[in-house]
Amino acid sequence: MKKEKEGWKELPIGLVLEGGSSKRFETGDWRSEKPIWDEKKCTNCFICWIYCPDSAIIVKDGKVQGIDYRYCKGCGICAEECPPKVQAIKMVREEK
Amino acid sequence: MASLKQLATQKEKFMGGHRACAGCAATIAARMVLMAAEQPVVVGAATGCLEVVSTIYPYSAWNVPYVHNAFENVAATMSGVEAAYRALKKKGMIKKDLRFIAFGGDGGTYDIGLQSLSGMIERRHRVLYVCYNNEAYMNTGIQRSSATPRGAHTTTSPAGTEIPGKIQLRKNLTEIVIAHEPAYAAQTTIGYWNDLVTKVRKALEADGPSFINIYSPCRLGWAYVPEKTIKVSKLAVETCIWPLYEYENGKYRITVKPKEKKPITEFLNLQGRFGHLFKWHDDVPIKEYQAEVDMIWERLLKRSAE
Repeated sequence: MKKEKEGWKELPIGLVLEGGSSKRFETGDWRSEKPIWDEKKCTNCFICWIYCPDSAIIVKDGKVQGIDYRYCKGCGICAEECPPKVQAIKMVREEK
Repeated sequence: MASLKQLATQKEKFMGGHRACAGCAATIAARMVLMAAEQPVVVGAATGCLEVVSTIYPYSAWNVPYVHNAFENVAATMSGVEAAYRALKKKGMIKKDLRFIAFGGDGGTYDIGLQSLSGMIERRHRVLYVCYNNEAYMNTGIQRSSATPRGAHTTTSPAGTEIPGKIQLRKNLTEIVIAHEPAYAAQTTIGYWNDLVTKVRKALEADGPSFINIYSPCRLGWAYVPEKTIKVSKLAVETCIWPLYEYENGKYRITVKPKEKKPITEFLNLQGRFGHLFKWHDDVPIKEYQAEVDMIWERLLKRSAE
């Protein structure tokens, strides 16, 4: 007699990964240009924060704190979208 | 109306460290959609750029429950997840109020996953389907899809001496979805974050299937410099190439009306994929694309005035 097959309730759970674990993979070394943020000029409008594809604008207690260079790929969207009257972010050549 | 300060108070739901190109709009779209959701969400993504760059083993950029699946069936998978949730909720095994979001690119939505999307809406699953539309199969190296517009150069509609890029017009998927009478359907784009956030919230409130088509410029496939992603997305709206509107209870509403309708050439000449059109021996491809844009916009104006 063959052993009866396991029902779906007995099957082991498939591969489950930890959520948000990509934070351990740092993409900052892709950068050829680097955004420099000027705290004095910043008006905390958060436009750079909402448009950042790499979640690399650090925001705490309603204020921009800086740029997370571990993930920033240097696309330049933040510098481009910072309102023309503010211009708190400048792109410079990455030197390593 | 959502405020950015308020949105920024929550924890990050789409983490950095994913492998998308610098300046990728699809990841901006995913991040904005998750930020907009006020309820806990379960997400699935069809094969495509977004799925590939965000879930390279053993990492995941999704800081929310996420289901991995194939190219054609994200709508079917999320239908199943939603049905299981309803059954468990009925039995009292789940108390939380959850929402379900399916992500697919234009390849996984316009072409390969169209029948599963159609089925999901017809069975009235309460799932929000988000199509991030970058107008070609970017993940495999820029092949034409049915979302690719007239005149665009891709590797399978190459511009040369015989043809000026893709010779056919693009498909209007939002209208195909609207023909299913979903609870909510809309078109939006990443450049208008407030429009996007408002529409996602409306869609998650709607009691039934909902669909949002998000125009997502691709810096690699469209060939422009990465920092212009937001500008290109806004120009698509200003030229009416991508009208922002919504459909609810049988009524159309245009949510962003451009002050003056710009000619499409202002949008086309920013991008390398249309570069050949300006050197082509006649202006037929541009005229045909402009005529399509005008026709859809005029029809939309009429429908929203009803």
